Amino acid sequence: MSETAMVRAQDVHKSFGSLEVLKGVDLVVEPGEVCCVLGPSGSGKSTFLRCINHLEKLNAGRIFVDGDLIGYRERGGKLHELKEKEVAEQRRSIGMVFQRFNLFPHMTVLDNVMEAPCRVKRENKGEVRERAAALLDRVGLAAKVDSYPGQLSGGQQQRVAIARALAMRPKLMLFDEPTSALDPELVGEVLDVMKDLARDGMTMVVVTHEIGFAREVGDKLIFMDGGVVVEQGPPREVIANPQQERTKAFLGKVL
Amino acid sequence: MTEQTPTERARPEAIKAVPVRHPGRWITIAVLAVLAAMFVHLVVTNDQFNWRFIFVSIGEGRRGVMFTGPVLAGLRGTILLTVLSMIIGVALGVVIAVMRLSPNPLLSWVAWLYTWVFRAVPRLVLAILFGNLGILWERIGFGLPFDAQIGRLFGITDLNAQFFSIKATDLLSGFVAGMLALGLSEAAYMAEIVRAGIQSVDSGQSEAAAALGLSRGQVLRRIVLPQAMRVIVPPTGNETIAMVKDTSLVAFVPVSTELFFQLQAISSRTFIVLPVLVAACLWYLVLCSVLMVVQFFVERHFGRGYGARTRTRTRTRNAQRRQEVNP
Ligand SMILES: Nc1ncnc2c1ncn2[C@@H]1O[C@H](COP(=O)(O)OP(=O)(O)OP(=O)(O)O)[C@@H](O)[C@H]1O
Ligand SMILES: [Mg+2]
Repeated sequence: MSETAMVRAQDVHKSFGSLEVLKGVDLVVEPGEVCCVLGPSGSGKSTFLRCINHLEKLNAGRIFVDGDLIGYRERGGKLHELKEKEVAEQRRSIGMVFQRFNLFPHMTVLDNVMEAPCRVKRENKGEVRERAAALLDRVGLAAKVDSYPGQLSGGQQQRVAIARALAMRPKLMLFDEPTSALDPELVGEVLDVMKDLARDGMTMVVVTHEIGFAREVGDKLIFMDGGVVVEQGPPREVIANPQQERTKAFLGKVL
Repeated sequence: MTEQTPTERARPEAIKAVPVRHPGRWITIAVLAVLAAMFVHLVVTNDQFNWRFIFVSIGEGRRGVMFTGPVLAGLRGTILLTVLSMIIGVALGVVIAVMRLSPNPLLSWVAWLYTWVFRAVPRLVLAILFGNLGILWERIGFGLPFDAQIGRLFGITDLNAQFFSIKATDLLSGFVAGMLALGLSEAAYMAEIVRAGIQSVDSGQSEAAAALGLSRGQVLRRIVLPQAMRVIVPPTGNETIAMVKDTSLVAFVPVSTELFFQLQAISSRTFIVLPVLVAACLWYLVLCSVLMVVQFFVERHFGRGYGARTRTRTRTRNAQRRQEVNP
């Protein structure tokens, strides 16, 4: 296990009340890698992703992002919870894209992208505006800067959400089923933006049902079921030649 | 067989249909017009209303009762009282709503207790109570808590560790007492309105904001509250208009610089009752109309990004901009 891993999850456990959702998940994602997460509904994919930026608190195990322990500080063999401010600081370098976009509907597209850099990092507004415009141009939405999210199509909204996350210059991007709320003909435009990001060397963890995307862009694929990683490896191999029965059954249904 | 492409096909004739008639509407309009005319006739011809007394003058060289000095001063008092107690109510209401939703159980419980007490006590009772607080405590001060008791503990009988204190009747002049009574009571109602507003915002919003690294305060101020305003504003408009009328309760504190008190004083002096009441109604009508206009604009401000209005506006703006770029 290398010290340079971007994400290192060790034996992650998470329960909601008496329901144990994650039962010991291990994962290493190297810098620049694209890791795709596959698995049936309810297997804990979203929960695991949300643990990585501490939207959910772990019950056991550790998650390190770029060497930093997420959500806690280890001192004298004891774990101390981080203050809310420190958690917020850790989240700045982790971008997240949600299934339902979650754009801020009361702000224009440009303000959505500028909000966090201006408020959180207190960067110069003029610079942020330029960067935000450039990011929106990159995701193909230069013409929409003054629109409100409600005026955009789903695919456009999701591309804004990606630009919004990128505006914080994250070193890691988390995607939770970014295309599953979209009409089929809009999926492509979002995947194209993500492929572009992957080519630029962004480290990404992507929960997705797009097998084609996983095969083409992914460096690693993990298959989760029942709160554990059942199988992992290079996407082409796992998809073409799954070793586990559960993986075979799942792939048989989605392919 | 040749296939026609859409461009070759002639555009069909525009529809010119006979619209559906609505005879019911015309009948309703006629009936309402007659009723309205009857009402106006009744009001104008009945001398008991004494419109001259209301609008023009009581006697030579004097103004109508609506515009006499004391009434205008009372009007100013009513407006001031409404504005100040609503400011207290909204500000404190937001604080209490946030406390109520806080993960800290003590804060949440204190907020619940506040709402419970201040919603239970009638405003009139509260107003009279605040007017008479001087009976309960002679002086109100700021300093070491429990100073007298601590002093006794150490054998000092008259320890006074107050930085400053003031006679209760000075601090709680009628106006301040009335303002506090109305404001504190309003805060309890506003707290519930704000809480409903905050809870109406999708939890995905605060999650997305938190994931971007915004602090909890920033999430509340920048993301949640602005969206909650859409739900908060209409009932707040209700509350403000109710407050305009509830200011008449402080006449019992007693506060004299208040519209209703002044008009009543005139009616008991002149024994002209009904026109004075009508004058009061007219002023309240004017105030509420102004508030409704204000509410319209506030609602439009917080509705941006939602309604069809902003949609068409930005669209035309963008279209204009595009034309400017490539004419
Ligand atoms: N906040 C919560 N409280 C209680 N139970 C939860 C909560 N969030 C998730 N769960 C439960 O945890 C389990 C795993 O949920 P999760 O959202 O991680 O699944 P998933 O793999 O992302 O599924 P999907 O493909 O449908 O998104 C589910 O059984 C769900 O009901
Ligand atoms: Mg999910």
